[in-house]
Amino acid sequence: MNNGVEMNTLSLLASSSLVLISLIFSYTQKLNLEKETFIGTIRAVIQLFIVGYILEYIFDLKNPIYTTLLLFFMIFNAAYNAAKRGNKMKNGIIISFVSIASGTFVTLMILIVSGAIKYEPYQIIPVSGMIVNNSMIALGLCFKQMTGSFKNKREEVETKLSLGGDILSSSIEIIRDSIRTGMLPTIDATKTLGIVSLPGMMTGLILAGTSPVNAIKYQIMVTFMLLSTTAIASFIACYLGYRSFFNERKQLI
Amino acid sequence: MSILEFKNAFYTHGDDDIINDLSIKIDKGDFIYIVGPSGGGKSTFLKLCCHLISLTKGKILYKGIDMNQYDPIDLRLDISYCFQTPYLFGDTVEDNFLFPYKVRNKKVDLNKIYELLEQFKFNRDFFKKEVKNLSGGEKQRIALIRNLLFKPEILLLDEVTSALDAENTLIVEDAIKDLNEDGVTILWVTHDIEQSKRHGNKILTLENGKIKSLEVIQSE
Ligand SMILES: Nc1ncnc2c1ncn2[C@@H]1O[C@H](COP(=O)(O)OP(=O)(O)OP(=O)(O)O)[C@@H](O)[C@H]1O
Ligand SMILES: [Mg+2]
Repeated sequence: MNNGVEMNTLSLLASSSLVLISLIFSYTQKLNLEKETFIGTIRAVIQLFIVGYILEYIFDLKNPIYTTLLLFFMIFNAAYNAAKRGNKMKNGIIISFVSIASGTFVTLMILIVSGAIKYEPYQIIPVSGMIVNNSMIALGLCFKQMTGSFKNKREEVETKLSLGGDILSSSIEIIRDSIRTGMLPTIDATKTLGIVSLPGMMTGLILAGTSPVNAIKYQIMVTFMLLSTTAIASFIACYLGYRSFFNERKQLI
Repeated sequence: MSILEFKNAFYTHGDDDIINDLSIKIDKGDFIYIVGPSGGGKSTFLKLCCHLISLTKGKILYKGIDMNQYDPIDLRLDISYCFQTPYLFGDTVEDNFLFPYKVRNKKVDLNKIYELLEQFKFNRDFFKKEVKNLSGGEKQRIALIRNLLFKPEILLLDEVTSALDAENTLIVEDAIKDLNEDGVTILWVTHDIEQSKRHGNKILTLENGKIKSLEVIQSE
């Protein structure tokens, strides 16, 4: 996977003329996007270079502790972002962190035990990046759905509570709905894989010289792992999260 | 000892005292009609009674013990609340009737269900009916039956006959009267002053979250 092809820096500079096309287009068509395009491009280049150098540094360290630290840093950031979607939830960050970490942990374990990947930074970090990013998007959707449902379905939940239901049986429909909402994009993406688009990671492997069939094997692995991670993360997050819509007297807040 | 007692109860939301320094003792077996202007706090009062919401100040005692000492679910199993706007969940009437059995871990008693359906002049097939096709009055009675599958200690009714014709209103009134004679304490919110004079032993008027009057009706 890592006998990569080098890119010439000069070629990269030349390819920046592509940005120029976009700028000219924006200017002549009065789209007023020149400033944003310019700033966006500069930001992307700087961010990516910083990340690139950090990764190169960590890859060189070969010490699993640094890989693990970086992993936790990614999970924390993702958790912070996902929790913003459920801004009315108590402990949103902790819940997201636990769910994303569990999903990531279980999936990585299976991949490592099955021998699909090794606990080496150059494999763990990009793979975890995909896992964590996918979980973050899934959780954001779960939380958004859950917050909305608890608002719209107040009557249903209160009716069930008044009939003597506990908080779980009074919100089980909402919980299921939210888990489903979190998982659906990943399942949908799975269905159209390779037909609508070649996924970014596969494109990357092929560009770097991996044979398409080998790239596909990795892509299949990635598909499996994203399915498992979104399922685990959504499930844990929703089952932990619904409680924060009730107070200790089992009343809907 | 009263079955339910409010002691200097306040329920405040923002700056509004929705229930404002209310004290009342309700005895076991009471049949109290609750009347008063819209927005007077009647529904809020009932929701406090079944612990769907809690006071912001003061105390509510159930059988002499502060409600906060009970498990909330135990309270709601004893004190059954029938909402002002009936909400039927799931797909069918069946889903609604099975819920009370499920939460108690009890086997479904079809005989009881059929008996109640018949009492409220429904066909047995109604059990399988889809809830989205029901009329307003049908929804109201199905929701009420859902509250009657198990005999509560206190039954809280929030304008449960507002969508019913005269005949069905009488059926409901008779059913509730029977329950009351069986020892169930009834609190019934209504806008129908005539109704409030028919069966109850007390009429409570709530206005601005306070008791305006508590009138004892002499049975003739
Ligand atoms: N959750 C809440 N948040 C804010 N205000 C509320 C809330 N619940 C009730 N209120 C307000 O409290 C007051 C009393 O409401 P309540 O529903 O108890 O009145 P009601 O006597 O049942 O009226 P109606 O006869 O129209 O059903 C109203 O002014 C209502 O707007
Ligand atoms: Mg009301």
